[in-house]
Order: sequence, then C-alpha cells, then structure tokens
Amino acid sequence: MTAAAAPIDTAPAGRSPWRDARQRFLRNRAAVGSVVVLTLIALACVFGPMLLPNAFDSVDWNLMSAPPTRAGWHLFGTDELGRDLLVRTLIGGRISLLVGVLATLVSVTIGVVWGAVAGFAGGRVDSAMMRVVDMAYAVPYLLIAILVVTVFGRDILLVVAAIASFSWLDMARVVRGQTLSIKSREFVEAARAIGVPTWRIIFQHVVPNLLGVVVIYTSIVVPGVILSESVLSFLGLGVQEPMTSWGVLIHDGAAVMAATPWMILFPAAALSITLYCANFIGDGLRDALDPKER
Amino acid sequence: MADNTPVLEVRDLSVQFRTNDGPVYAVNHVDFTLGRGQTLGIVGESGSGKSQTMLAMMGLLARNGAATGQVLHHGRNLLGLPAAELNAVRGDRIAMIFQDPMTSLNPYLSVERQMTEVLELHRGLGRREARARAIRALDAVKIPDAKRRIDFYPHEFSGGMRQRVMIAMALLCEPEVLIADEPTTALDATVQAQITQLLRELQRDHGTAIVMITHDLGVVAGLCDDVMVMYGGRVMEHAPADDIFHRPTHPYTRGLLAALPRLDAGAGALVSIPGNPPNMNALPPGCPFSARCRFVEDRCVATMPLLQHLAPTSPTLRACHRSVAELDAMEAAGV
Repeated sequence: MTAAAAPIDTAPAGRSPWRDARQRFLRNRAAVGSVVVLTLIALACVFGPMLLPNAFDSVDWNLMSAPPTRAGWHLFGTDELGRDLLVRTLIGGRISLLVGVLATLVSVTIGVVWGAVAGFAGGRVDSAMMRVVDMAYAVPYLLIAILVVTVFGRDILLVVAAIASFSWLDMARVVRGQTLSIKSREFVEAARAIGVPTWRIIFQHVVPNLLGVVVIYTSIVVPGVILSESVLSFLGLGVQEPMTSWGVLIHDGAAVMAATPWMILFPAAALSITLYCANFIGDGLRDALDPKER
Repeated sequence: MADNTPVLEVRDLSVQFRTNDGPVYAVNHVDFTLGRGQTLGIVGESGSGKSQTMLAMMGLLARNGAATGQVLHHGRNLLGLPAAELNAVRGDRIAMIFQDPMTSLNPYLSVERQMTEVLELHRGLGRREARARAIRALDAVKIPDAKRRIDFYPHEFSGGMRQRVMIAMALLCEPEVLIADEPTTALDATVQAQITQLLRELQRDHGTAIVMITHDLGVVAGLCDDVMVMYGGRVMEHAPADDIFHRPTHPYTRGLLAALPRLDAGAGALVSIPGNPPNMNALPPGCPFSARCRFVEDRCVATMPLLQHLAPTSPTLRACHRSVAELDAMEAAGV
C-alpha cells in the first residue's frame, strides 16, 4: 500500500432529480436565451425608469407625438401628450410583470393545494371540490372582472385577484389528476405504514412529486395571466391613468396606429418578446422534466 | 426481557372487500401469535390473502375493505383505532418493509429526509440527532460510506441497496414487530441471500419479531420458526418450519413442496399443481383447494374443514378432511 492509494469510495454528493433536470434545461439554447432576455427585460423595467432622465408622467411640451429621437432621450418617441414612451413602456412592464407574477403565484398556490387535497382525499370530498371547479369554469370571467372593478374601483391587487380567481382552475384539475396517480404509488403506502399523518403525506410526499407538472404548467399560466392583464387593461379595467401597463399602452397606441405607429410598436414588441420567452422557457422545462428522458 | 407474553396476537382476523360483484372474502378467520424474536412465515400463491392479512393489521386496507376480528399488540386492539393513535404505533412499534424497493421510496426526497422523518415523527428528535441515528442505521445494514450516501436520492441506489435502506428505515425506531411483505421477491438471488442473512442478524441483535410474507420457500427455510400456509384466504396449515418441510400434512403444502425445482432431480419437467388459484368472487362452500386437490372427495366440496391440531399435543394445525394416514396411503398407491 502506497500513499497514492486514495480511497476508492469517493461517491459524489447526492444528485437530486432536480439537478438532472437543470442540466438538461441548460443544454436547451432557446430556453436559456429566453431566460437571459426575460431577465434583461425585467431588470430594465425595474431599474430603467430610475436611470433615464424622463419621468413616466412628465410632459415634454416641445415634443408631442414625436417619433423615436435621441433628443431628450426619447428613444421610443413620445405619445400625444408628450410623455416619454420608453419610460412608459418600462413602467408599464413593471405593472404587467408584477401582475403576471403575483396572479400566477396566487393561482398556482390555490390550484396545487386544492387539486392535491381533492385528489388525495378522493371520494365525496373530491367530487365536491371538483364540482366547485366545474361551476367556477361556467362563470364568464370578464363579466366578473368588470363587475369587481366597477364596484371596488381600479386597483392593481383587484386585477390580480380577478385574474387569479379563474386561472387556478386548470391548475387544480391538472394537479388532481397527477395526485390520483401518485396516490397509488407504493411510497405513499410506505409513508402510511411508517405512521405519517395524512396532511404530511400530502405536502411532504405527494407535492414534491407534483412539482414537475406544476412547474411546466406554471410556465403556461404566466403568459396567459400577462395576456389577461392586457385584455383587462385594453378594455379600460386595468390600472388608472397616468399609471400604465403594456395592455393600456397597446390600447392607446392602437387608436393612433396609422399616424404614429411607434406608439403601438414598442409596447407590443415588449409584450410579444416576453410572451415568446415565457413559452420557450416552458418548452425547455417540459423537455427537462420529461420523465422519459431519465 | 425474556418474557413469553406475545408481542402480537391476531385473533379471528377476516377481511372482506365490497366490490361491484358482491363481497369478496379475501381473508377468513386467521389466528396466530407472535412472541418476542420469533419469525412467522406466511406462504401462499398470489391472491391467497397473505398481503391483505398484513395490510389489515396495519390499518392500510383499501377504502372498500373492512377487517373484523382482533389484532392485539400487547393486549391493545389495533383494529378500529383512530388514525392518530395508529400512526403512533405504525413505524414505531410495528414496522413494515414493502415488496418493491424501487417504488416504495419517494423519488423526490433524499434518503436522509425520508429516514429522519420517521425519527422526527416518533421520537421527536431534532434534525441533526435524527441524521446521526439514520447514519448508524445505514451502517447497521452494511451500506458502505453511509455518511455520504445518506444524502443520495433513491434512484442512485441499486435494488439491493434500496431494500437495505428500507430495512434500515423500518428498524430506526427498533420496532418489536417487523412485517416484511415479500422483501426479496424483486431482488436477484445473491442479493436475496444477503438480505435474508441481514434480517437474521438484526433479529438476533434486537430480538425483533418478524412476519415474513413470501412465496419463496427457500426464504422460509432460512429464516422462519413457524410457517402458515394460506390458500384462497384461508389458513391451510400452520406448523413449525421443520415440520412443514419434512412432514407436510396438507395436500396443498405437499403440492407446493413438490413444485420446488431441485438441482439434484435431473433434467425433467417442472412439477406444478394443476389448475389455477380460485376466483375469490366465487369460492366454493367447502375447501377452497378442493378444485385442484388430488385427494378430493365429496365432503371437501360441500363443507369447509376446520383448522385443527394434528394431534392433541402437536403444534401443527391443519385444515383437511382427510387424515395424514389416508393421504400417505393414497400417495403410496399413486393417486
């Protein structure tokens, strides 16, 4: 035995299924590129308005409806009131992304808990809980959103609540279906045999197994939610002037599209790029978490 | 500690399932007692009710199943106990090892998380202390480099290693009873021997009583004190392991033993018991084995033989209308 005989037993640290998925994701160029672009957009929305000389609600009396110009840093041009479109697009992005993230978080949380409990409990509890979902499906959500906004006034949290109130339904269904199949797996029975209480089986043992599906589905929900915010804003139910969002900007720009196309072009491009990125990331996640790849 | 009071006593345990085709009597009138450090083997074909017997004891029956009778753990009946009280016993005093180590570990949780959970639940240990105990348990089942491997995820272990992890997990709280539901069936032959050996050592060290469900008679021979042979949800024969192998008294047990492939028997057809296991929806009124029994007579089909002692002093229990002498004579005559 020489000193060079190092111990053979140098097992690597535990590789979680998540780590494998991350490696597969990182090999997907479109998805990684989308993450970079989306991060840049988010950073620009958060910090851009602080760095640029114009305020989102200040009027430049010399330049109204001006096309993109370097004069006065109006790189995206100005709107018909002489407000800087670049800053307004970034500010609008803050609102759209914030609503997107918040509404997604709320709807994913409700959907996962609802679906997992219904699926795991089974029987009558399951039936009752899923009938609630069916009924909620039947409600026309725009009508509810319009009603809520007219009654309680315009508030960004209300917009979030209105969007979340219908977008959790699909998640609940998907999660329930997945829970049904996980419930019959042997490790759940093993957990029961160890004496793990039911709620703990659901949240400690079943939910981690759901996360693959949830992550993939979330990536579908995010663009849907951002789009819904745009729809609500487009209909005049979103944020209050002079605050703005991408949907509002597109709405305003659409009215004067023939004369001043940049007013719709830039916000629409920002929204489209964001949605594209979200979809690419979703694709990447789906491939990365696909069980067949294991 | 050498007391003879049984750790586990099962009295008249029956299990039935409500199905669309009417009730299915999966287990009928099973009795046994298990002392400290004893091993009981439960043998039978698929569908003979051996697994359901154990699931019923653990309160793990499917939703449409119901168990009657008594499962006494130190005199306390486990059947019908509220879930919270049952949870305090399961995994702590009575632990279970499942058939397929590939599927009974949660793929998304590290082995450390799954093992410490047991100790947190039953012993109220903190994470660090629980981890130390879990590492010792993995050492005990001879997993090399347990300190590092405990952070692995199930998919990084081989089948035999996972079964060791399952055994380590079952033994964490030093249970009095270990129920092993075909623990070696999913493993290859060399690993089977290692696992059997491991169970034997652990039993010797901790005095754990083991209920071993299996259809592998080799495992029974290696490990069990007593053997219970089940068929069609009923106990056919219940005897010390030696007697089962050397002096089987029931036609079904004899059939099972004859069906064992033997290396020294030379090339020849494998022996089997003709026919198929019974349809549990439509059991005959008599002995469930009567349809396949070579020694069948009219009363076998009509009435169920009672499980009785072979002789007043004999430990062997058998359920057959024919006496052993009759069977021997008929066998000699070449039936």
